Formats: sequence, C-alpha cells, structure tokens
Amino acid sequence: MRLLYFAWLKQKTGVTEEEVELPGEVTKVSELLDWLAGRGEGYAEALANRKTIRVAVNQEYARADDPVKDGDEVALFPPVTGG
Amino acid sequence: MAVRVQREDFDPGAEIAALTAGNTAVGGLAVFVGLVREMAENRQLSAMTLEHYPGMTEKMLERIEAEAKERWPLEASLIIHRHGRLEPGERIVLVAAASPHRDAAFDACRFLIDWLKTQAPFWKLEEDSKGTGTWVEARESDEEAAGRWQ
Repeated sequence: MRLLYFAWLKQKTGVTEEEVELPGEVTKVSELLDWLAGRGEGYAEALANRKTIRVAVNQEYARADDPVKDGDEVALFPPVTGG
Repeated sequence: MAVRVQREDFDPGAEIAALTAGNTAVGGLAVFVGLVREMAENRQLSAMTLEHYPGMTEKMLERIEAEAKERWPLEASLIIHRHGRLEPGERIVLVAAASPHRDAAFDACRFLIDWLKTQAPFWKLEEDSKGTGTWVEARESDEEAAGRWQ
C-alpha cells in the first residue's frame, strides 16, 4: 500500500510518502489508522485525534468502515482549507 | 469547462475574455477571485503556502465543475487554483461561470467556490513576520456555506 501524508500530518509523522505491507487483520480505514498509530511516537501524535483527520482511498474520500487493501493509495490529511 | 492547478499567477482579464470569446449564447459571466489577505485573526501574515494533493485535486475540481454543469445551464466555466508560497495581495483562486442568464451565472459561481473550499484537497500554511508557520483550520462557516447547495 502506498501511504501519503499532507499538511501537519506530514510534519508530525515526518513522512511524505511510504510503501507499507499491511498486516492481515487490517481490512478497513479505522483499522489502518489504529495500526499506523502503533508505529511510533510521531504517528501516535499525528493520529491522536481522529476527528481532525480525513482519509482518501485511491483519491476518493473514505469513511472509517470503508475497505482498504494492499495496492491501494491511501492519503491522510486534515480537513481541507483551499479557496 | 476547464480546471487548472498551477504555481504561476494568472491574468483574470485575459482568462475571462478567453472563456467567452466567440460564444454569443453567453449573456452573463460571474467571476470570483480569491486573494491572500494580510490579516489572519489578529496576526499579520507575511506569506501563505498552499499545499495540495496532485491527482486528487484535479479530480475533485473536475467533479465540482461537472456538478455545476448538471445544476445550471452553463455555457462555460473555469477553475484556476494556485499552490506554493504566496504573499499578501497575490491571487490564489479564480472561479468563473458563464450562462445565457445572470441568475445561473451568479449561483453557479458561488457554488463552485463554496464546494471547492470544502472538497478540494488544499491546505493553507500561514507564515507570520517571525517566520512561524500555522496550519489554517477548516471553518464551520465554510461547511455551512457548502451545505446550502446540498
């Protein structure tokens, strides 16, 4: 899976982009966030408040229960502020 | 119908002239141009950096434009959004909608910017005079503005 981080999620994790192999038990967005939060201090801090995080799976907005799988492009970012 | 995401500035006059050139069905053109404001809350900004998600940004802007076209009889529309570091007074965004009649042009223009603000993956980092960067938080009023079009 290709993971992308934007805005302060990029700063807190210290990662712009990475390739990860998903553990078998991770099958949906909420489980992915739980798993990522356990990967280190920066991740734990970045993912502490889930209300402030938006997720896109293959460039489409996704909800906590939506499925994820290896090969997906998943982006994590704060609520958008363009315009 | 066109969408552009770019670092460089644009010329609003040239853009809107080109948008309706040769199309005599257009009776009204509404345009919104967003600029970098000097004051944020009570702080003076020296710059603002816009980050975005290449690929998804264009996809969402095209979808917003297609949605506007579904809802109103548009002859032409345009969305230009810049990214990178911008200083106060610089242009950030232009949205334009052209229609045979003004009501559709006004409404579609407002719809484009309201939806863009809540759907397109852009993030603003404000920089003050000391160089301290602060990520702008999403506003509830933007969600409410977009919600009017549901």
